[in-house]
Amino acid sequence: MPGHHIIVGGGLAGLTAAMKLAEEGEQVDLFSIVPVKRSHSVCAQGGINGAVNTKGEGDSPMIHFDDTIYGGDFLAHQPPVLGMCEAAPSIIYLFDRMGVMFNRTPEGLLDFRRFGGTKHHRTAFAGATTGQQLLYALDEQVRRHEAAGLVRKFEGWEMLGMVQDEAGDCRGVVAIDTRSLEMRAFPADTVMIATGGPGLIFGRSTQSLVNTGSAVSSCYQQGTTYANGEFIQVHPTAVPGEDKNRLISESIRGEGGRVWTYREGKPWYFLEEMYPAYGNLVPRDIATRAIHKVVFEMKLGVDGQPLVFLDVSHLDPVLLRQRVEGVLEIYEKFVGQDPTKVPMKIFPAMHYSMGGLWVDYSQQTNIPGLFAAGECEFQYHGANRLGANSLLSCVYGGDVGAKAMIAFAKAHKSDGLTRAHDLELTRHREEFDKIFKMDGKENAFAIWRELGELMTENVTVVRHNDKLKATDDKLLEYKDRWGKIGLNDKGRWANQEVLFVRHLWNMLELARPITLGALNRNESRGAHYKPEFPERDDENFMKTTLATWSSDGPRFGWEPVDVGLIKPRARRYDVEKSAAKPTEKAA
Amino acid sequence: MAERTTILRVKRQENPKSASYWEEFEIPYKANHNIVSMLMEIRRNPVTRQGKRTTPVVFDANCLEEVCGSCTMVINGRVRQACSQLAEGLRGTVTVEPMSKFPVVRDLWVDRSKMFDYLKKAHSWIPIDGTYDLGPGPRMNPEAQQLAYLFSRCMTCGCCLEACPQVNDHSKFMGAAIIGQVYLMGRHPTGAMHQEERLQALMGEGGIADCGNAQNCVEVCPKGIPLTTSIGDVGGQVSRKWLRDLFAR
Repeated sequence: MPGHHIIVGGGLAGLTAAMKLAEEGEQVDLFSIVPVKRSHSVCAQGGINGAVNTKGEGDSPMIHFDDTIYGGDFLAHQPPVLGMCEAAPSIIYLFDRMGVMFNRTPEGLLDFRRFGGTKHHRTAFAGATTGQQLLYALDEQVRRHEAAGLVRKFEGWEMLGMVQDEAGDCRGVVAIDTRSLEMRAFPADTVMIATGGPGLIFGRSTQSLVNTGSAVSSCYQQGTTYANGEFIQVHPTAVPGEDKNRLISESIRGEGGRVWTYREGKPWYFLEEMYPAYGNLVPRDIATRAIHKVVFEMKLGVDGQPLVFLDVSHLDPVLLRQRVEGVLEIYEKFVGQDPTKVPMKIFPAMHYSMGGLWVDYSQQTNIPGLFAAGECEFQYHGANRLGANSLLSCVYGGDVGAKAMIAFAKAHKSDGLTRAHDLELTRHREEFDKIFKMDGKENAFAIWRELGELMTENVTVVRHNDKLKATDDKLLEYKDRWGKIGLNDKGRWANQEVLFVRHLWNMLELARPITLGALNRNESRGAHYKPEFPERDDENFMKTTLATWSSDGPRFGWEPVDVGLIKPRARRYDVEKSAAKPTEKAA
Repeated sequence: MAERTTILRVKRQENPKSASYWEEFEIPYKANHNIVSMLMEIRRNPVTRQGKRTTPVVFDANCLEEVCGSCTMVINGRVRQACSQLAEGLRGTVTVEPMSKFPVVRDLWVDRSKMFDYLKKAHSWIPIDGTYDLGPGPRMNPEAQQLAYLFSRCMTCGCCLEACPQVNDHSKFMGAAIIGQVYLMGRHPTGAMHQEERLQALMGEGGIADCGNAQNCVEVCPKGIPLTTSIGDVGGQVSRKWLRDLFAR
């Protein structure tokens, strides 16, 4: 008898898992707040990595593996990262077979371009809308399985929480229809969370409006461990906006784009000068810190603003249109200037969470039967993610998770709806009743804006312990203010405010392990930088942060990192990798 | 001098069955505001221009980069994504309405699920043997890829249906988007092997014969997809199939 699975989230990870499960004849219920084709994966621009080695550069999955571990500053467990890099070429081939219109070489082969943190042309791309194209390919395959009756889609439904049986195993979810506000419990043999990142905790990020991290936070508050929350990637090149910061893909630099600002009246290509070995293609954390230094310490921002130039005006406009049209178009539409003629003005923006739900090598969380894949889990990127590895980790994690879910379902058949489901349903109904009665003076959207400013100011590029502590105090204050929210909309149909009030609470809960995780980690590693502790400290901190929810705030534990395959060494991008020797202290 | 503001005149509707009404909101001008960020301002302070407290305007939006298609609405009479309509280009009162060719869920949020049903009906996918490793895909001419890529950017936003006179209460015409997708699938070497079943879906009621050649679709497509090219080409494919079917009988 086939297993019955719930997948929450219809981006690359969720759709991959749905496709893999359906292919094995399993039943899938797929939940997504937005129609899956509108998931945040559409925003991924530059490409997907895989060492296909079509350029005669001697690239290999082992080099991809080393670049990823090195780029992640030795915080990722190494075995699953190796598995991902080995699978990468076949994943790219699969998408090609599914109809993704990847750019081609004159010989009709897949073309590859360079990305940050590597010396190889390893990134397959479909213009500069690769995430959109990969998502659509999966959407099509899942629709095929839907037409065959193997996948049921619950689009416009939002997961409120999971359901656990007496043994603590996950046995389904409670979800709400965002239109009718009808709440229902759904039983299943396994559940996968694939809900993406928590960008909205930082207010304006490069992420989409659904990315509040709410489903992940619900699981965390129900006892699922949250790992490495403090590792937040701030992308060096985005266009600051009123509603969001719009990503300008790393592929722009992969195609030859240069970052500069004026110094003493002349263009200064500061990345090329500071990091001669990698130049504009240093990893994101490095480029972001350099821009911060130039703008805030050296006061060299363009026109005195927190902006620097990202320039492609020296490159062939025809070639640019073929390879990065989607990005150029975003700049044109939202800024009103043609980047092939004038340099773009950009600034770093919160982009990605390396941290997420803790999972084992089969993508299972600490809750049996509850799996996670994609940005919402912590496993593949360590302390800093390399560009074009996110799409890869979504697909690989979704695949690995699907296999484990089938195995779990065989051994743990669900008993259908049980008393545990009723209890959870009642708990969520009561919670909503309370929100509907909220009659205070505060506005949920206004608190959210303050939260975003607070987190962006204190928990992104540069971190200070006193400010992190003050940020956590402020989070507690916001939780008090949350209780004083007044609901403007008491309607019982398609009420977005009532749903957002709940998201806000979940954002506040998840902001704490992010902030306190950063406070606890007294070193600098990858995206986590503390001027008070500027060096990486493998002796004390080469370990995964594990946060567990409690009513008095997150409790922290630690887990050693599996570094059995590549011996940790100093991470440097000013010189070639071969010149950066293993550290003496390394285990 | 008075502070510059933008006045949004928003068409509102409580639920799919209730009558619509208009409300006006006055929003202080900011250079990088767009329609979505202005709707967000309203959520923070849901008070009309006349000083009446009201409910926040309900709207559909997600990526805010014009790649997800969510925030499609009719702004000053023209269908487009709200996120990329900057305040800068707007003067006077701006009318914001939900799309009219889809059922309203609430306010500016509409239900476009029929477009996804069309994708299902037309078998808009590449029927691969399986997701297991079967090696590289078919080689493709780079020029053919560049043409097909244009169609792969369709985000199912519905602009082409909204602007099409043939999509209305009296017709079942599925619109240009699905024809573009059938064209795209037929351009892929594997997809081409199964084009017959897709063409079949476009031969019945609501199919390509209902196109009235108004060419509004290509006019409003936010991604500049050459939708009339695909209508012409797929029209030819359908005619040839019709003839083939005729002689095969």
